[in-house]
Amino acid sequence: MVRLITHNLLACHVKGCNANNFPLEFRNVELEIREAEFNPDFVKGFLPKIEWKALVDTARQLGDTSLPEEQPEMLDDDFLKNLHHVLLEIHVEEGAMVCPNCKHEYPIASGIPNMLLAEHEIA
Amino acid sequence: MIPTPDLSHLTSKDYNLVYEPAGPHLPLLDALEADLETLKGAEPRICLEIGSGSGCVSTFFARALVLLYICTDINPHANRATQATGRQNRRLQRRPGGIGGAWAGGWDGMEVTNKFLEQVEGLLSENGRFYLVALKQNNVPEIRERMLQRFQLKSEIVIERRAGREYLYILHTSGRDRHRVDMKMWHL
Ligand SMILES: [Zn+2]
Repeated sequence: MVRLITHNLLACHVKGCNANNFPLEFRNVELEIREAEFNPDFVKGFLPKIEWKALVDTARQLGDTSLPEEQPEMLDDDFLKNLHHVLLEIHVEEGAMVCPNCKHEYPIASGIPNMLLAEHEIA
Repeated sequence: MIPTPDLSHLTSKDYNLVYEPAGPHLPLLDALEADLETLKGAEPRICLEIGSGSGCVSTFFARALVLLYICTDINPHANRATQATGRQNRRLQRRPGGIGGAWAGGWDGMEVTNKFLEQVEGLLSENGRFYLVALKQNNVPEIRERMLQRFQLKSEIVIERRAGREYLYILHTSGRDRHRVDMKMWHL
């Protein structure tokens, strides 16, 4: 499944594509919202792993504007709930992720992203 | 003992296409279970499973430890099976989701092992732990030697056991470099 929590960890890995290869841009997406159990400790613990700007920008592209530009210092419940929703409840079921640098397209079908490269694209 | 996940959605047809889990006593799961308290203490956030097959290892383990489980497999049937296993065991908080294989190329042990050794160090977080499932024919002493000589990764054999027709080893090593993956499982 492609949720923003996973998307935030994915960079293009085509041979020689080492700069400006993150975050991948979503194209032609079909979204599904699926409720997930709210676990504030999990969300809080995951926060240091997150590239904040990439997450906010991607969420906005997908139509969710609930997250602030800057990561707040106070982690109140409203903020954590919004973050939980953005990270774990928005599922990209169909579409593609495109590298901003080399434009390689990673297709998503039935919620499964295909990160496989052709032989000549592998480092 | 972590309860066995429901695999009733997988049929013999699926098992022709993906690796069949050798019952509830998977050596990898036993190794993880034995380390459960240590793993919990390290407060991991992400588990990356490479070669997830039916998805049963991550699905089993997700019951013991709430993490982001990222499962990859080069085999598209395995991606679908992993996803289905996650959905079948729906009450999990963090269901494993499939990702299409990380590498193209041959699926013979050595080629894949070499790739992994080049990358494992950079992938693991400071307290990261890495488990490798290898077959006897993968030449485990040579793998360990290479990990040590070329990558300064000291490994230990935590389990070795016959499982069905195969003789399996579970190797364990810890990461030193800081990165974002905390736990990694790799099946050869
Ligand atoms: Zn690229």
